[in-house]
Amino acid sequence: MEAPAISTVAAPAARLSRKVGAGGRASTALSLGVISTFLTIVVVLPLAALVWESKKSGSHGFWHIVSSPEAVAALKLTFGAAVVVVLINAVLGTITAWVLVRDDFRGKALVNAVIDLPFALPTIVAGLTLLTLYGPRSPVGVHAAFTRAAIVLALCFVTLPFVVRTVQPVLHELDVEMEEAARSLGAGQFAVFRRIVLPNLLPGILSGVVLALARALGEIGSVVVLSGNIPYHTEVASVFIFNQIETGYPDYAAAVAIVLLAAAFVLLLAVGGLRFFATRHERA
Amino acid sequence: MLRRLGLRAVALGYLVVILLAPLGMVFYRTFEKGLHPVWQALSDPDTLHAFQVTLIATGIAVPLNTVFGVLCALAIVRRRFPGKGLLNAFIDLPLAVSPVVIGLCLFLLYAPRTGWFGSWLSAHGIRVLFALPAIVLATVFVSVPFVAREVIPTLRELGNEQEQAAATLGATRWQRFWRITLPSIRWAVIYGVVLTTARCLGEYGAVAVVSGNIQGQTETATTRVQELTQNFQTAGAFAVSLVLAAIAILVLVAMTVIRPREGAV
Repeated sequence: MEAPAISTVAAPAARLSRKVGAGGRASTALSLGVISTFLTIVVVLPLAALVWESKKSGSHGFWHIVSSPEAVAALKLTFGAAVVVVLINAVLGTITAWVLVRDDFRGKALVNAVIDLPFALPTIVAGLTLLTLYGPRSPVGVHAAFTRAAIVLALCFVTLPFVVRTVQPVLHELDVEMEEAARSLGAGQFAVFRRIVLPNLLPGILSGVVLALARALGEIGSVVVLSGNIPYHTEVASVFIFNQIETGYPDYAAAVAIVLLAAAFVLLLAVGGLRFFATRHERA
Repeated sequence: MLRRLGLRAVALGYLVVILLAPLGMVFYRTFEKGLHPVWQALSDPDTLHAFQVTLIATGIAVPLNTVFGVLCALAIVRRRFPGKGLLNAFIDLPLAVSPVVIGLCLFLLYAPRTGWFGSWLSAHGIRVLFALPAIVLATVFVSVPFVAREVIPTLRELGNEQEQAAATLGATRWQRFWRITLPSIRWAVIYGVVLTTARCLGEYGAVAVVSGNIQGQTETATTRVQELTQNFQTAGAFAVSLVLAAIAILVLVAMTVIRPREGAV
């Protein structure tokens, strides 16, 4: 008696689910039209203009510019500093995340909120704040301004939240019982960390590292006030691009910008790949 | 216990050295000589104009990107279409690309004479580059991803059973959106709006390239800070920075208040 009643209800429900879930064809087309028009005007066209400009000088011209001494120095410095900074924040960011999840002390909520400060604070202000403490009028006697150390300092500031925020949720989900089991079987603290905690955190750490790397490669605001922008010494790629535009060499700016853009694409792909890897158990 | 204290000291020490001490120092230096110079620096007409430009750009970019972000999130989560992966990647792009590169892209597009649209625009007497439109375009570009990125996961978790139920009861598409979808994602939208606003107010790299930094005309709050720092007008630079830092702290408070509710929706 009941069975047919259910099936008559279920059939329209399935149709309805399709209707609600997929949306009408006309409205899909409309919303996709709006989205793609917006993205084309705001994002795609400008990027196309950049690729076009760099193509104008040909692959020979491109290599000529990218291998010019000042560009090479700027790119080397940018990638070198970014890698150093990312390694520092991988270690200290993981420790910070661990302290925020496993430790307990007064004012922890405040510390947790402060982590996002670099996301909220304009980068130029970040640069100025670091300049007041570690610049020429430093009250603590550290004069790092206009050196390469200043660049590392500025990049540490702006990329600080990434690793903390990608490791924190993973650590939160991580079962303490696994570690306790290992310890009860005689594993030392280091073995527990290396064999159990670290492998679980690694995807989180890596995605934080990749995001931080992308941020560090393109950073300008915090670096520009702090580094002094001395060519061949403290001039990072983004400042190089800026200076080339200002002095009327957009072709030089475009060539180096293409290198940064390519790096950004690769890093975005890496983030996508890591996300795919991290959710492999959920998908299976 | 000792290890725990050691790690706590390392983490907190790092935060103090990198974040808190420098920020505290700015507050100290700003008010070193009392309130009067701060007030004087902030009432400088060029500084006031710079804040005005920043507010206009933010006021245009935030609503645009909020509507776009919600639309985009709905399309990515609820609809099937070819090129979805591409759309997903393009939304994230402004996060990974250097702001200076974004500025350069706009420069190449709108530069008078040499830009793609430059000659047409200047022939019709429209100034985009080194004027407000370019500042707005740069601000919109850099803040594209935030609302979409916050709304997508919330929308995924939400599912669409409630909307199906509403549809069976005869609700139209608009009614379902306004009465069910939007109230359910509102905290994610608000969180995204807070992040977008912070990014718009603080944008420097892209704006510095396309604005031309003309005092009293196209300077924004952030490029004003750079200008004042460069000219050793430190009192002014600190005062403007202080206002921006105060806004950043408000943003942090808003983030902290909103975040716990996000999961509870």
